[in-house]
Amino acid sequence: MNIIKIKKGVLSMPLFKLPGAHVPHHKNTASKQAVKMPVPKEIIMQMNMHIGAFAQPIVNVGDHVLVGQKIAQAGGYISAPVHCSVSGVVKKIDTVLESDGTHVPAIFIETDGMQEISDEVQPIKVDSYEDFVEAIKNSGIVGLGGAGFPTYVKFAIKDLSQVEAVVINAAECEPYITSDTRTMIDHLFELEEGVKLLEKFLGAKRIIFGIENNKKEAIDALSKTFKDDQKVEIKVLPALYPQGGEKVLIYNTTKRIVPEGKLPLDVGVVIINVTTLAWIARYIKTGMPLVEKVVTVDGSCVANPQNVIVPIGTKIKDVFDFCGGFKEMPYKVMYGGPMMGVALPNLDLPITKRTNAILAFNQKEATVPEPSNCINCGRCINHCPLHLDPPAFAKALDLNRPEELVKLKVNLCMECGVCSFVCPAKRPLVQKNRLAKATLKKYLAEQKKKEEGKQNENK
Amino acid sequence: MTKNTRYYVFTDSNGKQKKVKVSHLDSNANSINVKGKVQPITVTEAGTNDLIVSSSPHVWSKTTTSKIMLDVLIALLPAAFASVVLFGLQAFILIVSCVASAILAEWIFQALCKQKVTISDLSAAVTGLLLALNLPASVPWWQGVIGSIIAVVVVKGLFGGIGKNFANPAITARVIMLLAFSATVGAAVQPSIVDATSTATPLYILKENYGILPSLFEMFVGLRGGAIGETCAIALLIGGIYLMARKVITWHTPVIFVGTVFILMLILNGNVEVALYEILSGGLLIGAIFMATDYATTPTRAWGKVIFAIGCAIITVAIRMWGSYPEGVSFSILFMNILTPYIDRLTRKKPFGGVR
Repeated sequence: MNIIKIKKGVLSMPLFKLPGAHVPHHKNTASKQAVKMPVPKEIIMQMNMHIGAFAQPIVNVGDHVLVGQKIAQAGGYISAPVHCSVSGVVKKIDTVLESDGTHVPAIFIETDGMQEISDEVQPIKVDSYEDFVEAIKNSGIVGLGGAGFPTYVKFAIKDLSQVEAVVINAAECEPYITSDTRTMIDHLFELEEGVKLLEKFLGAKRIIFGIENNKKEAIDALSKTFKDDQKVEIKVLPALYPQGGEKVLIYNTTKRIVPEGKLPLDVGVVIINVTTLAWIARYIKTGMPLVEKVVTVDGSCVANPQNVIVPIGTKIKDVFDFCGGFKEMPYKVMYGGPMMGVALPNLDLPITKRTNAILAFNQKEATVPEPSNCINCGRCINHCPLHLDPPAFAKALDLNRPEELVKLKVNLCMECGVCSFVCPAKRPLVQKNRLAKATLKKYLAEQKKKEEGKQNENK
Repeated sequence: MTKNTRYYVFTDSNGKQKKVKVSHLDSNANSINVKGKVQPITVTEAGTNDLIVSSSPHVWSKTTTSKIMLDVLIALLPAAFASVVLFGLQAFILIVSCVASAILAEWIFQALCKQKVTISDLSAAVTGLLLALNLPASVPWWQGVIGSIIAVVVVKGLFGGIGKNFANPAITARVIMLLAFSATVGAAVQPSIVDATSTATPLYILKENYGILPSLFEMFVGLRGGAIGETCAIALLIGGIYLMARKVITWHTPVIFVGTVFILMLILNGNVEVALYEILSGGLLIGAIFMATDYATTPTRAWGKVIFAIGCAIITVAIRMWGSYPEGVSFSILFMNILTPYIDRLTRKKPFGGVR
């Protein structure tokens, strides 16, 4: 067991607080229960709703598919199957253009509105830890906080005694998004079952909910439900973005630091999103795989901001229409929250497993401010939760010095957006960081190649 | 793919009908739901994608460069007001000529160099005002104008504009003026509302042990010889507290700079009263609050600020005690400005989770 203790540095405190930014909360939709939307006419099931290899379609054009039916299998170890969220007919298997310019394969299904449930959907019998992991693997569940990492990979642990604590990420630090909050309130019983499963199969000694203090209703619900459970701790954290960042939350709940290139498991922690846990419990109880999601629909242009239970694959246009359409012309539409969300080129893109919010911004909010000179105020440096130095990245990048980037640890940047947010000169620091990360990756690959070349010469 | 721009008509909150492009909303749809009503879309002419696709984050804090500079100007207002009360019309003329010429110089310089004119960020105004407050009332307006031009064009503009200068523009300009116009800039002018019994600054009196010192209260409200903006301690402290409350500066630099000077003077003189006189005289307060906290030329991290402030204090004390000039705040800040990049590198934090 390898616990990383915080070392005393010359100029650093033995126990320090991680900085962050006070972003506006805009949790407008937190008090309203999620509403189920009707089945749309057509859905698009993308094959890249997770991190890793694309899923492989196992249905053909013209096939009749049912709710919960597996329509694509995992394309590798780090991958996840895809299940149909509606009943209908496969219209075509084509590609979808995403906002980063890549074409990704997708299955287009015309719905029949019957919502017939597939025979495949049966309660799962789970007797052992292996069964538990296998069940998660088959459920198609991925990290629902937005990262989309296949959940079963996290649980495929060789030595269970390694697990000292399970951290349940209920921070939901992004502005606007309240879908996790609603899950905690509306699906509390599933969460309770999920916690029992963790205790039973993972043998977790501590189960820690990490939650921001701006979700009072959810905190009350959780503390009432788990008041008799000795293993469960509810850690109420300040609402300081990015509280829900993996490394940040692990540090703030367990005071452990996940070192560069290591996994949370290496410091004895398994971290899982709260909605993901609720879905695992629901799958094991009912056998219904991940086919629908609670999505926060908000932003200045949306007529009725609310949480909507959406079949995965629904076009975002249909979801906005369900929420009363737009009251103002949207100029920017995005997946996820405004700090890390992805801006979209059109409204034809579907809701994926990773989508926890869709936002529509008006012209004023959507306009990107013009950057000016860096005034060296140090706000980005002093607010970076990972103690990084964004202006130094930019300098090293502009001077084309990738060897500097190695020392500055740009690879640790999680692109949370705090540096760009706080910058008074409105400089695009996150973009620079991304560019620096890509440059560093290329440089390291070249170095490796050179090294290998040298070794071959020596032979 | 068809390249059609579609328009749809909807009623806005004022009841007016609006016609808007919707080419980006849906490539196939022929209707859109606005305010619960399905509106028809009329296909008209060719168009392109209209949704803004930009990199995250999509929200920004309200703090901007010009708001920060405005806060500095507001924080300097009490000192500027005090200077006009204490030194009269001459102080007013000096402030106006320095601020106006600094803004004008930046505008002309940037226009001539075909750069984007950035006078709206107010940094030139801050530089001009700081320079004026650091000059005694004996300086004629045209010398103030020359100083402003040196500060804005030579020290800031030629190095790339705001944020790119390595030395504090106002201080550098003041030091150049001190050498060029020693008679006026080096003079010790008494406030016009005081019966001028002495023509020496308290620092000169302390150093030469000759003359009558004003009382500590007089020192605190600014009834003593010196530059127009540096004498009124209470006005400067109000400005400093405002800047800290607005989170424009942190407490580190001013508190440690002034505190270290006090402690060193206490040790070297063995007298609390002398130490108090030392921190209230010269340009220590204006320097510690407004000059040693300039973003571009001072360290960014807390520990860097501590080192910077201690360095400034030691040099100030050394010049005051053993140097041939009575005052050393300007020189000390200028000297530490040069060391700033090295202090910044020295105090860089270990990345969270980084393995060396």
